[in-house]
Amino acid sequence: MRRFILWLPLLVFVAFFATVAFQLYAPSDHMIRSRLVGRPVPKFALPAAVAGKPGLDSASLAEGEPRIVNIFASWCIPCIAEAPQLIEIARRGVPIDAIAIRDTPADIADFLARNGDPYRRIALDKNSAVQLALGSSGVPETFIVDGKGIIRHQHIGDIRPEDVPEILRLYEAAR
Amino acid sequence: MMRALGLLLLLVAAPALADSRLPPDPYAYSQLSDPRQEAEAAALMQTLRCLVCQGQSIADSDAELAGDMRALVRRRIAAGERPEAIRAWLVDRYGNWVSYAPPVEPATWPLWGAPILLVLAGAWLARGRLRRRRR
Repeated sequence: MRRFILWLPLLVFVAFFATVAFQLYAPSDHMIRSRLVGRPVPKFALPAAVAGKPGLDSASLAEGEPRIVNIFASWCIPCIAEAPQLIEIARRGVPIDAIAIRDTPADIADFLARNGDPYRRIALDKNSAVQLALGSSGVPETFIVDGKGIIRHQHIGDIRPEDVPEILRLYEAAR
Repeated sequence: MMRALGLLLLLVAAPALADSRLPPDPYAYSQLSDPRQEAEAAALMQTLRCLVCQGQSIADSDAELAGDMRALVRRRIAAGERPEAIRAWLVDRYGNWVSYAPPVEPATWPLWGAPILLVLAGAWLARGRLRRRRR
């Protein structure tokens, strides 16, 4: 018993050291996933962000047809990188709605003129309120919402070309 | 020549800011007029984690999203919502990760139990030593 106690501090130290070393070398995951995946879109109503396109509210996300909801901003650089992929997804007939975070109509119009416009509706979220309600923590993020308004998938970060087949597959699965 | 040109180009390079051009929400940096409500909001903000700079509370962070979260907290407190209800609303979306006040649940039992176990182990060790001295 006494001999065991002599070794105990060393054992505790080794366990502590191993934990710290393991956590230092393990790749860190900074992504914060929304807990709302699998649950209905929270109630919201946002005004239109640009002239000629409607805004977005939660009721219109539960009208039978699954949709992609893209959270973007004109000041967001990865959003420029993801624009061609969104255009490709829209070209395949997938309806994409957007929520623009902390943005102005003029800046959004400029962004769309430069990078293309794959969106059916664009809503303006001036103080990130709906972004927070959705459990999103940055731009760009993309949600797949099924016809009943249930969030089926959250993609964090820009959609790269290699992500497109998976997004299309998940969209089909949401039907 | 090329080096000089390179340096010249550095001078004209504009930094790519990952921030919007909108001013912060009024409630991000100004207090509520009712001091009691502001104290409640401030206490809550210190125990909510910023989603962008993940080691800071939203009270400490200058990230835009932290400002918007402070605005959300102040607005809800001003509307009469209880701080714990606001925390629950955020935990519902982001998980316990977003709160600096860990709940007591199976995953956090070691966290709450370890201090008690360590104090007990210390008392046991001290008892052994004290008894030996008395002899």
